[in-house]
Amino acid sequence: MSSHNSSILTVGGKHLTVFILVALWTIPTLGLLISSVRDKDQLAQTGWWTSLSASESNEFYRTPTAEAQSEQNGQFVIEGNIFDVDQGKEVQSWSLRPTDLTAFAAGDTTTLDDGSQMTLTADGDFSWVSDEPFSHNRGQRVFYIAEVPPIFTLQNYKEVMASEGVGRAFINTMTVTLPSTFIPILIAAFAAYALAWMRFKGRMLVLAMIVGLLVVPLQISLIPVLRMYTTLGGIFGTEPKSYPGIWLAHTAFGLSLAVYLLRNYMAGLPKEVMESARMDGASHFDVFRTIVLPLSLPALASFSIFQFLWVWNDLLVALVFLGQGEGKTVMTAQLVELLGSRGDNWEILTAGAFVTMIVPLIVFISMQRYFVRGLLAGSVKGG
Amino acid sequence: MAQQIITAVIAIALAIGLSALFFLGSNYLLDRFLSSDSLSGDAARMKRDNLRESIRPWIFIGPAVLILLVYLVYPVFASLWYSVLDRNANEFVGLANYAWAVQNPNFWVAVRNNILWLIFVPTLATGFGLLIAYMTDRLWWGKLARTLVFLPMAISFVGASVIWKFIYDYRGVGEEQIGLLNAIVVAFGADPTPWITVPFWNNFLLMIILVWIQTGFAMVILGAAIRGVPEDTLEAAIIEGANQFSIFFKIVIPQIFGTIVVVWTTITILVLKIFDIVFAMTNGQWDTNVLANFMYDQLFRAGDIGKGSAIALVIMFAVTPVMLYNIRRARQDEQ
Repeated sequence: MSSHNSSILTVGGKHLTVFILVALWTIPTLGLLISSVRDKDQLAQTGWWTSLSASESNEFYRTPTAEAQSEQNGQFVIEGNIFDVDQGKEVQSWSLRPTDLTAFAAGDTTTLDDGSQMTLTADGDFSWVSDEPFSHNRGQRVFYIAEVPPIFTLQNYKEVMASEGVGRAFINTMTVTLPSTFIPILIAAFAAYALAWMRFKGRMLVLAMIVGLLVVPLQISLIPVLRMYTTLGGIFGTEPKSYPGIWLAHTAFGLSLAVYLLRNYMAGLPKEVMESARMDGASHFDVFRTIVLPLSLPALASFSIFQFLWVWNDLLVALVFLGQGEGKTVMTAQLVELLGSRGDNWEILTAGAFVTMIVPLIVFISMQRYFVRGLLAGSVKGG
Repeated sequence: MAQQIITAVIAIALAIGLSALFFLGSNYLLDRFLSSDSLSGDAARMKRDNLRESIRPWIFIGPAVLILLVYLVYPVFASLWYSVLDRNANEFVGLANYAWAVQNPNFWVAVRNNILWLIFVPTLATGFGLLIAYMTDRLWWGKLARTLVFLPMAISFVGASVIWKFIYDYRGVGEEQIGLLNAIVVAFGADPTPWITVPFWNNFLLMIILVWIQTGFAMVILGAAIRGVPEDTLEAAIIEGANQFSIFFKIVIPQIFGTIVVVWTTITILVLKIFDIVFAMTNGQWDTNVLANFMYDQLFRAGDIGKGSAIALVIMFAVTPVMLYNIRRARQDEQ
């Protein structure tokens, strides 16, 4: 704990070890983030760790046909630039055959079989000059190695948000998450107050139930609750998979932890304040609303971050109780869908993954203190 | 899009408003209709007050109890019942679903994988968490280091799966590897491998994802415990000439052993329910299935309620010891 007797060597070793561990934990996310803003062709061709250095790419270009020729000083010329968009590429070497890409350097001039001459410069400008009129109706192919500077773009995000359904899924996730965070907090706050400060029959039983339910796997609920929804949907003529359905399901799955955390917190509030308020004739409801609730804000914040992150990141509950479809698919489900359908399109996957992560990361970083406090309170008994 | 946003906002406001209204309304009604103000005589008032205040706790706790009963307690018994019924939950089939599971090799693959997860993930996450917590404890940039290690906790299992699938990405021999793992392998002169399709070892590649996420959790809890170790104990050890290693193993670990067990248990329970990572990475292919995914397959792919419920109960059965222990501890604390 203290470094009284630590030599410089072990202190240095400590810094190095921690640095390596932190790097191991950071690099995966960093790779994703960098990849998501890379040009999609570069992303598919080179590792993200090379993204700052220029890459080489083998490409070819087909010249225009004879129609494009013009006559200059008695010679026939076809001119142009082999790069269709200006991305700062540079020709390294080139050739007229696909097998030998390093035949000529940039700026070299070569003579073709028919006596015409072709020049290709590093910036991609070419000129093809002949004494006789050109008559070909298929362009000459030019093979080259281009040096491509790193290209960073937000194009991947635009594509993901607009055409891959992630933008829509973002709103769906929001629609699931906000009520699924607020409703359990409200219900749990009242229940926690009752368990902490009211005396009634069955209190111990309720407490035991809540503690017991802390670890019950939600898998056990999937089939019975889904069947219940289907039955209810049949009676009332509504969809069995609906937003209210998933709100209540998430409420239930978060509730035991919420009650447990809040009850422990509220039980630790000073007894005297509450007793004197009760003496003055305040009802339990007044005490709860004016004294306990404001004092419990840190615990409420802790739990709401938990529940927010859990619901936002959930896949299983959404798959089962909301399903897939327009206006229903949440972001995690959409991302799994993309993993299946666009498994090789890393520009889509990396940008899509980052869009799903951005809100939790902001919440997490800005409210880390409350989150940690909640973790410490919640893990005391292995919740 | 705009219309959905409006619908969503209205739905959210309605859901929040209605649940708030319940508590405000029922408390108001209780005070209004069981008020003792209009009664004469202390005895009558007292009686009315007592009645009112014995109802109020159930207004406070009623919704929570009701929801938990409907969504968690009832399902335990319903699943128990479904697990002895056929695929459509119509006919009684006795223990046939369990017998089917026991005879199914895929069930045992899932059980084996779950056991692997249970052995490695809690142990590695707790171990790394402890190591990082201890090493960053007095480091001047320790807070930054801890935040960075903690960050994956905010990332969804699916998002983390994308992150790691990218690392495990495979291109053919001779092609440029864009997956970090294969790039390293190739740099050392070996052939690239489609890692997640290699049975048995691929399980560990999936486990790494959860270890990566959960280490931050273990680190935070254990870090707080380490800071709680009394200074004078440590001072005494240092005066006696103990080195860093023996301080760590002989003083710190015994002092925080209770917390280590709690962290380990918490991650164990999480691991038992693991679903998303396998679903997103392999969908159970190449021998990577675990019980939760096996159950999902039975239920939503094969459409078999009986078998799905039987497997859900196997998962439930595995957490029961922890559940009973927690209840016993809570009762002791209350008394």
